[in-house]
Amino acid sequence: MSKAILYDSTLCVGCRACEGACAEKWGNPYDDNIAKQEKLSAAKLTAVRTFGERYSRRLCMHCQEPTCASVCPVGALRKTELGPVVYEEDRCMGCRYCMAACPFQVPAYEWHSRLPKVKKCDMCFERQQKGLPTACSEACPTGATITGDREALIAEARKRIAEKPSEYHNRIYGLKDVGGTSVLFLSAVPFEQIGLKTNLPQESLPQLTWNVLSKVPDVVVMGSALLWGIHWLCHRKAEVEEIEGAYRPFPFGKEKER
Amino acid sequence: MSLRLPKLTFWRAVFVLVMAAGAYATYIRFYYGLGASTNLTDEFPWGLWIGFDVLCGVGLAAGGFTLAATVHVFNIKKYEPIVRPAILTAFLGYLLVVVALMFDLGRPWRIWHPLIMWNPHSVMFEVGWCVMLYTTVLALEFSPMLLERFRMYRTLAVLKRIMLPVVIAGVILSTLHQSSLGSLYLIVPTKLHPLWYSPLLPVLFFVSAVAVGLAMTIFESWHSSKAFGRKLETPLLMGLGRVLAVALAFYSTMRLWDLARRGSLAHLRNSSMETWLFTLEMCLFLLPMLLLFRERVRRNPAGLYTCAVLAIFGFLANRLNVSLAGMEAGSGVRYIPKWTEIAVTLSIVAAGFAIFRFAAQHLAVFGEEAHAPEERQMWQAADVAVAKGD
Repeated sequence: MSKAILYDSTLCVGCRACEGACAEKWGNPYDDNIAKQEKLSAAKLTAVRTFGERYSRRLCMHCQEPTCASVCPVGALRKTELGPVVYEEDRCMGCRYCMAACPFQVPAYEWHSRLPKVKKCDMCFERQQKGLPTACSEACPTGATITGDREALIAEARKRIAEKPSEYHNRIYGLKDVGGTSVLFLSAVPFEQIGLKTNLPQESLPQLTWNVLSKVPDVVVMGSALLWGIHWLCHRKAEVEEIEGAYRPFPFGKEKER
Repeated sequence: MSLRLPKLTFWRAVFVLVMAAGAYATYIRFYYGLGASTNLTDEFPWGLWIGFDVLCGVGLAAGGFTLAATVHVFNIKKYEPIVRPAILTAFLGYLLVVVALMFDLGRPWRIWHPLIMWNPHSVMFEVGWCVMLYTTVLALEFSPMLLERFRMYRTLAVLKRIMLPVVIAGVILSTLHQSSLGSLYLIVPTKLHPLWYSPLLPVLFFVSAVAVGLAMTIFESWHSSKAFGRKLETPLLMGLGRVLAVALAFYSTMRLWDLARRGSLAHLRNSSMETWLFTLEMCLFLLPMLLLFRERVRRNPAGLYTCAVLAIFGFLANRLNVSLAGMEAGSGVRYIPKWTEIAVTLSIVAAGFAIFRFAAQHLAVFGEEAHAPEERQMWQAADVAVAKGD
């Protein structure tokens, strides 16, 4: 069973307790000014955004088949069995392909550091290993953010929609988007109205590059054989012409004899 | 000759200025970090160094494998005299791409990590391996020029024996590398503008790289003939011009057919910045193609040179459109490179020109002086034969 987060924006009151708990967990500074920045950065790994009277959280979505883990050339990002997508800074060389590729535009970079790291939510991997909920879930006073098994949370979300169909937009965000995510959203209004991307494909993105990458061995084997064949053919032609006397002596034509 | 001296001093002054600015920018980059030296943001993490230095640099180096394959695999010997300048360009190109990567990577001293930390699902992993292996191949293909200079004929003989597998490996690695730079963008279907996103990106990148490799070969032959008072290999370059026209036609047809097939041409109806940049890019591909199909243009060295430059600009426009303009649309931010990014890029380009010039002066790069004395006579005979034949 893999862990997940369910964020129900209809229950969120915008108190930003999750932001504070997250900053404390990572040892990041947190004050009123930082609270006002409604965007992710290397020092703010979750952000509550305001859309009129509604709120919506930004955090790593912990995709079931993460684009970032697929594109990382050194495997610094990895989907754990437990659910969280974690980052191993000792491997990272800073190519930032994860940032360019993430469909949710989540990973942030420590641009002003001489030893920069990629920063993103790790769904409190260490806490989860001990069976504790994430820091943001624990801090949430209204139950808008809860941690649990993904299947159980999907069932819970479906139950909430079924019980109060008038209060929910009838869809769970993250169920199938980019192949499914471990952070699920519920909302009263269509998701694009609370800043979520609704143009994402329902299939996971890594397949798009794997379609090409899986052909690399074929290209190497077939390509080498083909080129070798062409080389043999073209040189054989010249050899035959030479013996038959129709060959113009170019340099290197006799290279092998010398 | 009296006119040549002030011209050289001007370019030397420019060179010194560019290198000084580059040195200062380098200091800022490595002392204060990427934040101080670039305008990159979390929303737009790849800028000029990736878009120009890496994507364009690798593409412009494509002449190396195209000509190596033409001569050593397809056995079309008449192109032999321009293989070496193409190999030198490719080798320098790749070395400079690695230098640019050292600037762009957040922790450049870990550039070797893909050697032991594998992720075959990553296009960047493939790119990294291709850069490492093909730079090695290019070093081997380039080394005869050094070995001849230092009269190490025994090593040269050993090297010639393994040259065929090396050349074949080079062609395969280049094919993979050129196309994989396009594959990098396959995974951002919702971020890259539909005028540039295509499932065919790897194929399009490969074909356009072959074309620009030919254009670069014409470009550098023309410039080196000016700089060193060499005779231009006009019949050879005419042949290249013809192949370039076909390559450009093939590329443009595939590109437009792909856009039409997926209904993306409809985006051209909005007069957005992307539309104009796309139109510019396509014109820069189509114009040299149309011109080069006329024999009168191909026979004229200036015409040939102009077409090569246009095609090179078309290629640069395409790579910059994919990596900068096309990605900007989906990111929601604007990106204009900082002066430090431009200074580093310019000094890398300037270093490329300077090293090429130095190598061309001191090594047997160009046809007439390319070989040991006994070979040189054969070469002259060959040149005569080529001139008569074509």
